[in-house]
Amino acid sequence: MGMRAPLKNVRGLGSAKEGTTHWWHQKVTALALIPLFLVALGCLISLVGADYTHVRYVLGQPFISIVMLLLIVAMFYHLKLGMQVVIEDYIHTESTKVFLLLLNSFFCVIVGFVAALAILKLALGG
Amino acid sequence: MAKIERPLSPHLQIYKPQITMVTSITHRATGIALGVGTLLLAWWLIAVATGPEAYATVSAFMTSWLGQIVLFGFTWSLFYHLCNGIRHLFWDMGQGFELPTMRKSGMAAIIASVVLTLLTWIIAYAMGA
Repeated sequence: MGMRAPLKNVRGLGSAKEGTTHWWHQKVTALALIPLFLVALGCLISLVGADYTHVRYVLGQPFISIVMLLLIVAMFYHLKLGMQVVIEDYIHTESTKVFLLLLNSFFCVIVGFVAALAILKLALGG
Repeated sequence: MAKIERPLSPHLQIYKPQITMVTSITHRATGIALGVGTLLLAWWLIAVATGPEAYATVSAFMTSWLGQIVLFGFTWSLFYHLCNGIRHLFWDMGQGFELPTMRKSGMAAIIASVVLTLLTWIIAYAMGA
């Protein structure tokens, strides 16, 4: 017989107190990325060979800006979650693992924010 | 303490590559490659936001032979990760776990990723020309 109170089983969150949240967020972002990626790719292909003024104009259009912003948010969150799992699976030295996990988080937040800022600048005409 | 020779499970190189394991590890590899590739997307976006000179620099790289190879690899990684990712979403719903189905969907993901990549580049080149 276990020492667990029934409440523990009902909550079902385990020791990390997160339960399936990480997995679920990976899946939700994956689903969101399918249409976002397809629209963004279509937009990028249409810009092949275009001059600078046209590229700037297209990326500044509200619909394209919103798609690109949503894509960046979903993509970098998806990347953060995915890389985290890869690091946790393959790196067994604790110090290296923690270092890489932090590096992963910082990379995703910084590169994601920089990309988002570029989009916002184009969208808001700065 | 004496070193005890413990039995080991067969290493990866012993196994004949199977479609299930190849698609799985490729999903991770393309995921990592795409992660690095986000730097390229960020560079391009910053360049557009910065000005014509910065955009000319990034365009020069992307149209160079090295840039084209990187972009081609990036395109295939995206399509592969997308197609195989859809397989994962079906598995998450409890669908397609039978081995024959799994092999078929794996082959479908590989073929679709190649076809979509080539199609994208044919369209892109037609646009650019």
